[in-house]
Amino acid sequence: MSETAPAPSAGPVAAGDRHISGVPIRLDGVTKRYPGQEQPAVDDVTLEIAAGETVMFVGPSGCGKTTLLKMLNRLIEPTSGRIHLGDEDVTDQDADQLRRRIGYVIQAGGLFPHMTVGTNVGMVPRMLKWDKERTAARIDELLDLVGLDPAVYRDRYPRELSGGQQQRVGVARALAADPPILLMDEPFGAVDPITRQRLQDELLRIQEELGKTIVFVTHDFDEAVKLGDKIVVFDVGARVVQYDTPERILAEPAEDYVADFVGAGATLKQLTLTRVGDVDLVQVTTAVAGSPSAEAVAAARAAGDDFVVVLDARGRPISWPTVAELTRTATVPQTVDERLPVVGLRSTLNDALDTMLAASQGGVVVTGRRDGLAGVMAVETVMAAIQRSRTEAAG
Amino acid sequence: MWEYVTERADLIAFQAVQHVSLVVQCVLLGSLIGVALAVLVYRNPKATALANGMSAVGLTIPAFALLGILLAPFGFGITPAVLAVTFYAALPVLRNAVVGLAGVDRATVESARGIGMTRMATLLRVELPLAWPVILAGVRVSTQMVMGIAAIAAYVLGPGLGGFIFSGLSRLGGANALNSALTGTTAIVLLALVLDLLLVLAGRLTTPRGIRV
Repeated sequence: MSETAPAPSAGPVAAGDRHISGVPIRLDGVTKRYPGQEQPAVDDVTLEIAAGETVMFVGPSGCGKTTLLKMLNRLIEPTSGRIHLGDEDVTDQDADQLRRRIGYVIQAGGLFPHMTVGTNVGMVPRMLKWDKERTAARIDELLDLVGLDPAVYRDRYPRELSGGQQQRVGVARALAADPPILLMDEPFGAVDPITRQRLQDELLRIQEELGKTIVFVTHDFDEAVKLGDKIVVFDVGARVVQYDTPERILAEPAEDYVADFVGAGATLKQLTLTRVGDVDLVQVTTAVAGSPSAEAVAAARAAGDDFVVVLDARGRPISWPTVAELTRTATVPQTVDERLPVVGLRSTLNDALDTMLAASQGGVVVTGRRDGLAGVMAVETVMAAIQRSRTEAAG
Repeated sequence: MWEYVTERADLIAFQAVQHVSLVVQCVLLGSLIGVALAVLVYRNPKATALANGMSAVGLTIPAFALLGILLAPFGFGITPAVLAVTFYAALPVLRNAVVGLAGVDRATVESARGIGMTRMATLLRVELPLAWPVILAGVRVSTQMVMGIAAIAAYVLGPGLGGFIFSGLSRLGGANALNSALTGTTAIVLLALVLDLLLVLAGRLTTPRGIRV
């Protein structure tokens, strides 16, 4: 790998001291014509993507956004134009070598069904001739990163996994050789809404840790707003209609076309723009599973809380029994509450509200790095945010 | 009949080994040819159609006719027998290999290419393993079919159990004629069953656990 070093020179870098391992991408007059078609599928696109940014490609189906994405790793060869990754012009490089330096995630992960999860994740390191120990260590590290216990999942086959888990493995495989760039082609399109939201949160968390340059194709504008540092809105022929931050695209759509695409209800879109981490979270009493209930009850009463968040050995929330429930047990129960509403710090208020409604609860547990507890958010906080943005819109 | 068999146990065993050896070798060779042809054609719809047509038409050629044609250039003996048996062995494998390779999910292939696997690596490590159960089903069909065709190859003095059948049929009514034909036929059926069992076993052992049904 010759270019894992950050290239701070290129473009504005989002947050000041954030760790960035990505490189900038520059497209220069990239065009794709298919024989027998009058209009080019991608017509003379010039675009610059800064290192460490997540850029979302949105647009109607058939607008050429996926074609453009696939030209970045040359799964589709451009008819003309140049593609630069970092300082390198990769347009004429060996495509197979190039692709080993670019992570690629597709819908349902695109896992190889005849290989175990571990083998799938280790594919690229093996191609790059890493030694066995290094590959094995990397596989475990990555499974851990995407929230799958290596001991449990390493030797399973993809079909033994849920859709969301397969998608996580797909992300782990793409990250295996620590590529500076990650291309994602509608990766979360085939999973149910709750799982999709979790996967999105996970991606945000991973991206915060790694700072890759991510190009992400989606047809879901809410997803684009939630995940993107920038959004590119495309029209037919991959014409760039607007390329800006989600906030500005929502506030000032460049053309009627964008306004239509963004959709109505822009006030409520603020719910999509505001992150759970941006609002004040409530700190609550916690207890480790298996510890004496009496201590937890005492602590909760002292703090004036009427419930306790139970954490497992790794600090991840697993349930939130009321104080009344705890007084009936000797030790804090180990059971994992499958219906516990959980969102990440980078989840949107919209996600949080969705999760509360789905669980019929008046609040959600918020997790931060490696799924550790960050606090609790009450439904009132969401309501206040809605109220605030309505007032702003009116004033 | 039992007497007939016990008296000739050595000869029957020898011919049975010859028969199985001919079939196994020809099926191996035919499978290699079939898979190789399938690899060449499966990306191209026209070539695929041609290959499918060829295997369909090829299977309708009577074995007798083919052996007769092969007699002219090669004369009597092993060569025409091997050629004919290999020809028939290749056809079901070709057909199944085309179906199997075409049936591999395009998204899986694209993701293999997308993470930087070469064409060849994609074929060897992803496409062929995923198509393997279907290809193996073709090998089983092929083996069963060719067990019978190898018997007909005795007509051109090829090796194997077909000799018993032909010598029996040629002197029907004579002493032991029926016994001879029956022995050849029964032995072929039994061996076919044993080979099929072995192939099923081989399938269990060679199909990756992740795609076993």
